[in-house]
Amino acid sequence: MEILDILLSASFWAAVLRIASPLIFATMGELICERAGVLNLGIEGIMVAGAFAGWMAVYAGLGLWPGLLVALLTGMAFGALHGLLTVPFGLSQHVVGLGITMLATSSAYYAYRLSLPEVTSPPRIEPFQPVHIPGLSDLPFFGEALFSQTALTYLAFATVIAVALILYRTPLGLALRAAGENPSAVEAQGLSVTAIRIGAVMAGSGLMAMGGAFLTMSAFSSFFFEMVNGRGWICIALVVFGAWRPGKALVGALLFAGFDALQIRLQQTPLGADIPYQVFLMVPYALSILALVLMSRRAEVPAALMTPYNRGDR
Amino acid sequence: MRLEPVRDASLARRLGLPLLALAVTVVVASVLARLAGADPFATLGLILKGAAGSKFALLETLNRATPLIFTGLAVAVAFRAKLWNIGAEAQLYAGALMTVLVGTQLGLPGPVAIPAMALAAILAGALVLLGPAVLKLRLGVDEVVTTLLLNFIMLLVISMLLEGPLKDPMGMGWPKSPPIPRDARLPRLIEGLRLHWGFGLALIAAVSVWLIQIRTTLGYEIRAVGLNPQAARFAGIPVNRVIVKTALLSGGLAALAGFSEVAGLKGNLTLDLSPGFGYTGIVVAMLALLHPLGVVVSAIFVAGVFVGANSMSRAADVPTYIADISVAVALLSMVLAILLTKFRVVRG
Repeated sequence: MEILDILLSASFWAAVLRIASPLIFATMGELICERAGVLNLGIEGIMVAGAFAGWMAVYAGLGLWPGLLVALLTGMAFGALHGLLTVPFGLSQHVVGLGITMLATSSAYYAYRLSLPEVTSPPRIEPFQPVHIPGLSDLPFFGEALFSQTALTYLAFATVIAVALILYRTPLGLALRAAGENPSAVEAQGLSVTAIRIGAVMAGSGLMAMGGAFLTMSAFSSFFFEMVNGRGWICIALVVFGAWRPGKALVGALLFAGFDALQIRLQQTPLGADIPYQVFLMVPYALSILALVLMSRRAEVPAALMTPYNRGDR
Repeated sequence: MRLEPVRDASLARRLGLPLLALAVTVVVASVLARLAGADPFATLGLILKGAAGSKFALLETLNRATPLIFTGLAVAVAFRAKLWNIGAEAQLYAGALMTVLVGTQLGLPGPVAIPAMALAAILAGALVLLGPAVLKLRLGVDEVVTTLLLNFIMLLVISMLLEGPLKDPMGMGWPKSPPIPRDARLPRLIEGLRLHWGFGLALIAAVSVWLIQIRTTLGYEIRAVGLNPQAARFAGIPVNRVIVKTALLSGGLAALAGFSEVAGLKGNLTLDLSPGFGYTGIVVAMLALLHPLGVVVSAIFVAGVFVGANSMSRAADVPTYIADISVAVALLSMVLAILLTKFRVVRG
């Protein structure tokens, strides 16, 4: 009964879109990396760094959009390091990814402590505001449910379309997918697997950082330690759930956000009051594991994922 | 560019490159100290002094190294078999939880309680990793993500218990478990020194893992599976069973970190029992090149960086996160350096 009430409220659907947005950015980022053949476990830390860098840039006086650009570039910088170590040097993608997560997270925390040594609670910035779309935002129910978001949410959805178009409709996308499936074929075309993969990891890491920046620049207005809280790992599960396809991954992110928004609301019902709140907080992580299990048999993993390519050894 | 194997790498190459990686780490740390407005030399000096400058500092470092040896061994064992256990944190907490449960609920006398707690801890940690291992083998579910996600779930389980049935009634409202009785605590390793038996146990564990690796069939099988599972299968090695055994061993080792922290140091279970020992264990294992005895050395090194940075931070105004960054840089530059001892970069 309560569940039905929740599902019929416009604010629930608005929350779903809001919760999904950072996941969509970061999931698209991870998807690009993995389609090119590189598992990017730096995602969790890159999201932290993006959340911090965008927020700090705005706090230091930049506008919101330039701040977002700073987050993007920060992500790309960590992506460049990840790409350099895993692609031409072919180092373990697990080890380098986790190393990048540690490096990016601790760098953000260090920079935070350096810039704001005295504060006990982080300062707030003026975040992105909901965009009023003439006509659409005024619709009954749907206006609030779907068209009361900030520009970044719409950008997240546009990103999915852009990623899908680039992957499936352009020569660049073809080359990128081939780098993840059959790298020697790419080389035979006279293209550089190394360049494609590094480029994909940089672009993907930039998107991950934007996902992090959504948290500080749209969802909340401050930077907190632990605010990313495993979202990066969840996005890795979403890529698998989406069978490495942008559209399916989007559906996964929305489904996931739906369950998350639902558990938040259920906590406040009389039913939820009897259950420890930790059970509700476990839902996202448990769902991710469940999604992996459900999809395990049907996954079409890029054939060369996690396989370094070294010209010369055939 | 591409990589070409180096045959018979010179001693200079094999020693020089890792030293260079260490130098890179020191340079990065100096720059970070400079950014914080501190004198790099003074900062590094303070870190060194805080880590090993006195008997107290050194014992503090060894105490901090203890859980890292266990989690480092857990990771080293698993990674050798290419079982990507990133869940040592969850296994540590599972071990700590069982230690507290057995220690406070069963009322066993000390000499029985200590081995009972350790056994229960090992069992719990092994079970926590068994799940992801079975999912990997049966359904092909990537264990990296499942073990990572279990870390979050386990912390929430602990939080739930500490605010519910396991809450210490004398805890002034803090979410912590009641303490285990005095006689169930691990004794000091050497009378009069602030170092508990957990450290001794960690050393024994390291030597045992090393002996398993070089002296037993399982050790040989783990190595074979890690190098090439297909070839191992052809050679008649029961690959799946080896991976399950590896998981049980790895999970059990990580759980001992939780056991030793509770029974040796803290006495009870709190949500901040581990400041990421499970994750740091990955760095420890990699810096040791997955060698069990190397794990002891690298755990002491990493622990020294953290303990030293902590004490430095109190004296100079440099945030403690300098230690986390340095350790991450050490990890990345060291794996690259080790690679370059075996391969050289050539054009073309």
